Amino acid sequence: METTFTPYLSFGGGLLIGTAAILSMALLGRIMGATGILAGFLTPSSMSDWSWRAAMIAGMASGPLVVMLLTGSVPDVTVPVTLPMLVVGGFLVGIGVTFGGGCTSGHGVCGMARMSVRSIAATVIFMLACFATVYVVRHLVGV
Amino acid sequence: MLRLLLCYAIGLIFGVGIMISGMANPAKVINFFDIAGTWDPSLAFVMGGALGITALGYRFVLKRPAPKLDSVFHLPTRSDIDMPLVAGSAVFGVGWGIAGFCPGGAIPALGTGRPEVFVFIAALLAGILTAKFLRRQSRAATTA
Repeated sequence: METTFTPYLSFGGGLLIGTAAILSMALLGRIMGATGILAGFLTPSSMSDWSWRAAMIAGMASGPLVVMLLTGSVPDVTVPVTLPMLVVGGFLVGIGVTFGGGCTSGHGVCGMARMSVRSIAATVIFMLACFATVYVVRHLVGV
Repeated sequence: MLRLLLCYAIGLIFGVGIMISGMANPAKVINFFDIAGTWDPSLAFVMGGALGITALGYRFVLKRPAPKLDSVFHLPTRSDIDMPLVAGSAVFGVGWGIAGFCPGGAIPALGTGRPEVFVFIAALLAGILTAKFLRRQSRAATTA
């Protein structure tokens, strides 16, 4: 399925993601990583540790509503995969980011911005694994 | 309370950025990785924008003695590339390619109320809890 090339919107979105990462470090001293925030939300070390993560997740999930209020339309979320693929994929992502210690936001943006060797390695590996997987799924299996 | 409001605001900026960037749209994410098919290079611009501004901002922020609302910066200090990092990242990449959502893309997408996002998040949380359990088991086995 074709999608429209959106360089300006994507770049602008990236700038906002980066702005959130900078604010998180400047105010809280924390890496803005979705994996770390979720993991700490599931198994918090204290009530205050849980509450800031809950507030941040609530803010993230308010994104679509605010975009709708500003632009009048809900951003496009098209899921071109089957339900079993969402379940298997989601489970593998959960296993992988926990052992790998981060995902696209934590390793890919924040860690790479600090020139962390571990984050650069992680990002190269998950990007390559994703390219290979999409090739296999789309062109060899043909889903 | 101010701290929680600021956390909400930071989350919101992230969430709006994710939604307009296309990172929460699996069709777009999978197309970025489908160079041999319906390739859409948009996500390279997300990464470019996010990484560029963060690298610049961190240079100033991390020169300060401490963050505004905490006594220390909570920064990872390890620099070794070990097996869990390599294997975990590879497994994450495979899952991302299959489902089209990554954690930072899926949390904001929850706000659209689409059932597929809830299915993905439920499986993601199950995976995180399973991995935490496995890690505890292996630690217990090595210390026993």
